[in-house]
Amino acid sequence: MPKKMHIKLNVNGKDEEFLAEPRELLIYTLRERLNITGPHIGCETSHCGACTVTIDGKSVKACTIFAAQADGKEVTTIEGIGGPDDLHPLQNAFKEHHGLQCGYCTPGMITRATKLLEENPNPTEEEIRFGMAGNICRCTGYQNIVKSIQAAATEMNAAKEAAE
Amino acid sequence: MIPAAFEYYRPKDMDGVLSILEEHGDDARVMAGGHSLIPMMKLRMADVPHLIDLQDVGGMSDIELTADSIRIGALVTQADIIDHARLAAAAPILREAALQIADPQVRYMGTIGGNVANGDPGNDMPGLMQCLNASFTVVGADGERDIPAREFYEAAYMTAREDEEVLTTVTIPLPKGGYAYEKQKRKIGDYATAAAAVQIVKDGSNCVSASIAMTNLSDTPIYSEDASAALVGTAVDAAALDAAVAAMLEDIDPTEDNRGPIAFKNHVAGVILRRAITRAWSRA
Ligand SMILES: Cc1cc2nc3c(=O)[nH]c(=O)nc-3n(C[C@H](O)[C@H](O)[C@H](O)COP(=O)(O)OP(=O)(O)OC[C@H]3O[C@@H](n4cnc5c(N)ncnc54)[C@H](O)[C@@H]3O)c2cc1C
Ligand code: FES
Ligand code: FES
Repeated sequence: MPKKMHIKLNVNGKDEEFLAEPRELLIYTLRERLNITGPHIGCETSHCGACTVTIDGKSVKACTIFAAQADGKEVTTIEGIGGPDDLHPLQNAFKEHHGLQCGYCTPGMITRATKLLEENPNPTEEEIRFGMAGNICRCTGYQNIVKSIQAAATEMNAAKEAAE
Repeated sequence: MIPAAFEYYRPKDMDGVLSILEEHGDDARVMAGGHSLIPMMKLRMADVPHLIDLQDVGGMSDIELTADSIRIGALVTQADIIDHARLAAAAPILREAALQIADPQVRYMGTIGGNVANGDPGNDMPGLMQCLNASFTVVGADGERDIPAREFYEAAYMTAREDEEVLTTVTIPLPKGGYAYEKQKRKIGDYATAAAAVQIVKDGSNCVSASIAMTNLSDTPIYSEDASAALVGTAVDAAALDAAVAAMLEDIDPTEDNRGPIAFKNHVAGVILRRAITRAWSRA
């Protein structure tokens, strides 16, 4: 029986320390150990993106990385992006523009979209579709997801300009 | 989907990696991005009692450009390749191919070393590396050796790398002329139904050298010397294209699977190669 490992993560700004088997996938650490249930399990086979989180600045499918690999790193989930009282512009835009129906894909979509807009604050429709290609939605047909991301980009850019 | 239990190691240097490989032999495996290995472990198609994470081993994350060659460290990711402006200028086919691999999340994690070492016929980098006549540096207890990409692949998941060796560097002679990486897939993010990597050099109105390699159409990537030769000395006209496609079809050996029957794969291989040659020629 392999020994448990001592793992430290910073999740949404909070330090977490625990003992876990090396084979524990990060998605289970988040959902079952830390009760952070925003990242969902859609396919569990690295295809759907519902489990997307940000690890040290990269969008990663949390079902395809062991917690041990993330030891010492910073993890951000949808809970760290915004909550009911302080919606992130992307969350607000998804709400306003009908960017979700059942909502199952939405935490992964928005988490991925925060990185997309960081890397490319003014994406075209084509760039949004290409940059979101790792996230699958069974409901919306994507049209309103694209619209929501475009609307959030416009709002975030205007806020940035106003601040300058 | 939980993999079988394993011991996890994160050594800080190559000596640490090699000593664990030596101690545990077949029971140990290195992991780079984990985006081929972890899915296989979850499906329990790979059993890895001792897993060695390479992420803390230094010296394998650089891209170096010299006057006549490109050296890429094994841990360079597909996202790193896409973002490197000087690399994209020196060898644009690398960026064109990397953009057609998987999706953004996978490209942040997947490494060039893992992609070429994996030995999955569906991986895109091995064929590309054969087209570019790259070589792979591997290190083991007895030191380093270089293996040409065109001699590296023996069968699906069987390569010239020994189990106790680690791939450290991919070296590519600076490519010349026009290029194209064309890939037919069922949906964005999928492995190839057929893919072609082409580099062509033009002098006046004739082709003076060409290199063609195909992906996912045999149990290894296929560098087609005859297809390449069929273009040399021609103006890459319709007859030359027909000859190159015919020669390529002699070299590949597709099997029927969920991407289609053999006749369909041969058909797609021809379409994709024609497109790749035409586009590479237009850029030559
Ligand atoms: C949804 C999805 C879609 C994908 N689509 C594509 C695609 O279209 N095209 C494509 O090419 N790939 C695709 N991939 C695979 C992806 O590109 C992998 O990341 C890549 O094949 C392997 O790189 P890695 O760093 O993740 O390797 P790992 O998974 O860490 O390792 C793969 C294998 O190589 C060995 N290995 C790794 N590094 C070394 C090294 N330095 N020396 C010796 N052995 C080593 C490991 O032991 C293992 O056997 C896809 C993956 C997913 C999850
Ligand atoms: S649950 Fe991780 S990609 Fe689908
Ligand atoms: S809103 Fe239902 S899966 Fe996207």
